[in-house]
Amino acid sequence: MIEFRDVHKTLGGRKVLDALSFHVKEGETFIIVGPSGTGKSVTLSHIIGLLQPDSGSVIVDGLHVESMRRRDLEALRSRTGMLFQGGALMNWMNIYDNVALPLRERYSYTEEQIREKVMAMLDFLELKDSMYKMPGEISGGMVKRAGLARAVVCEPKIMLYDEPTSGLDPVMSRKIDGLIDMLKNKYSMTSVVVTHDLVSALNIGDTVAMLYEGAMIECGTPSDFIKSENPLVREFISAQFHTRKAGVL
Amino acid sequence: MNKPVFAFGKKVIEFLTRVGGGVRMILLAFLFLPSLWRNRKEVYRQMMLCGVRSFGVTSVVALFTGMILALQAGLILKTYGQEMRVGFLVAQTMFREMGPFMTALILAASVGSGMAALLGTMKVSQELAALEVMSINPVRFLVAPRLLAMMVMCPVLTMYTDLIGILGGGLVAYTQLGVGWTMYFDNVRFMLYERELWVGVFKAWVFAIIIVAISCHQGMVAKDGAVGVGLATKKSVVACFLVILIVGYIITRMFY
Repeated sequence: MIEFRDVHKTLGGRKVLDALSFHVKEGETFIIVGPSGTGKSVTLSHIIGLLQPDSGSVIVDGLHVESMRRRDLEALRSRTGMLFQGGALMNWMNIYDNVALPLRERYSYTEEQIREKVMAMLDFLELKDSMYKMPGEISGGMVKRAGLARAVVCEPKIMLYDEPTSGLDPVMSRKIDGLIDMLKNKYSMTSVVVTHDLVSALNIGDTVAMLYEGAMIECGTPSDFIKSENPLVREFISAQFHTRKAGVL
Repeated sequence: MNKPVFAFGKKVIEFLTRVGGGVRMILLAFLFLPSLWRNRKEVYRQMMLCGVRSFGVTSVVALFTGMILALQAGLILKTYGQEMRVGFLVAQTMFREMGPFMTALILAASVGSGMAALLGTMKVSQELAALEVMSINPVRFLVAPRLLAMMVMCPVLTMYTDLIGILGGGLVAYTQLGVGWTMYFDNVRFMLYERELWVGVFKAWVFAIIIVAISCHQGMVAKDGAVGVGLATKKSVVACFLVILIVGYIITRMFY
C-alpha cells in the first residue's frame, strides 16, 4: 500500500534520507523508531506529499506521490489523516470547531450531519466535556486526542502519527496507544507511526523499523526487533530500558 | 573577488523569489474571493479585527494629524494674511495623501503585524501543514478572508480618517487661527472635488492589498521557531512601510 523505493532527500545541505526503501502492507501498523534527526518525520512528510524526494519513488495505493498532479494529491490527502507532534490545532477555534473543520471545508454536509459525526468522535475519544474549550485551555494529552479526533473524523484509510506519545506521561501514553489500536480495528486503517517510545512501538506495531542517519537498519516484527543483533538497535533498546540504579528493566 | 558578486546575486535572487511568492499568493487569494460566501463568518470576524477595532487609534492619529497640518500651514498662511485658506489645504492633504497613508501605516503596524505573527506561528507549529494535509488550501482559508476584509475596511477607515482629520484642522483653525467654522468648511467644500476622494479611496484599496500580501507571505515563509516569527513580523512591518511609501508616490504621480 505504501512503498519507498531508494528515496534520497537532502535538506539544508544535510542528507536526511539515504536510499530509504520499505513497504507497508494494507491494514498494517508500521512503526518507525530511531534517534532524533534521523529523518523519521521527513519520511512521513513524503507519504503525504508535503516533501518531494530528490531521487527515488514514494508509491501510495499504486500512485507515485512525487509526480502526482494537485488533484490526485488532494484525493490522496482526503483518504489520509495525520496526527502532528504538537496536535497542530487551530488556536482560535474551540475543540468542537477544530474537529468539525475538515468536514466543513471538504464536504457539503449540513451542520446537523457534521454535529452528529463530531459528537460521535468526541464521545469515542472522551472529549465531550471539553468540546467548547480552546486548545490552550486543555492538557497535552487532550490536545493529542483532539488532534486525533480531527484526523480520524473523515474516516481515512491511511493514518500517519508523528510522535503520538511525546511529552505525555506513561499512563496517557498507553491510553493513546490503546486509541491507535482501537481506531485501527474500528476503521481497518493502515497506520505509519513515528516514535521514540519503544514501549509504544512494541505495544501497537505489526512491524517495527529503525531509521539511522536516513537509512533503515532494522525491520521486522516486534519480537524480531527486540532480538536484533544490530549494535545500533541494541544500543537504542538498552537506552530505553536501562536505568542506572535498577539495571535493565 | 567573485565572492561578494555571488553573495549579492544570491540576495537578489532570494529577494525576487520572495516577491514572486508574495505576488503569486495574492493572485491566488483573488481567485478564491468568489468562494468566500462559505467563510462569511470568518470574513466578518476579520472585518471586525482590522476595521472596527482600529477605529480608536485611527481617530486619535487622524485628529492630531489634521490639527498639526492646520497649525503648521495656518501659521505660514497667516504671515500672508491667507489663514482662511487653511481648510482647503487640510482637506486636500488629508484626502490625497495623509488619510490613506496614515490609515495604511496604522493597519500595517497593528493588523498586518498581527497577520504575520499569526501565520508565522501557524507555520512553525505545523498548523499550515495540517491544513495542507486536510486538503484545505491555506491561501483560501487564511489569506482570502483577510484580503476581502482589508479591501473593504481600509477605504472605509481612510474616509473616516479624512473626516476626523478635517475636523481636527477645523478645531485648530477656529481656536488658534481665528478662522470661523463656516469659512473653514466653505473652503473644504469649495476646493474638494470628487476626484480627490476617489484617488484617496483607490490608494487605500491598493495599500490594503499590499499589507495583506506582505504580511501574510512573510508569516507563511517564517521558519526557526519563535525567533523566526519575530523576524517575520518585523520584516512585514518594515516592508509594508517602505512599499506603501513608494506606491503612494507612484499613484500620486499617476493622477496629478
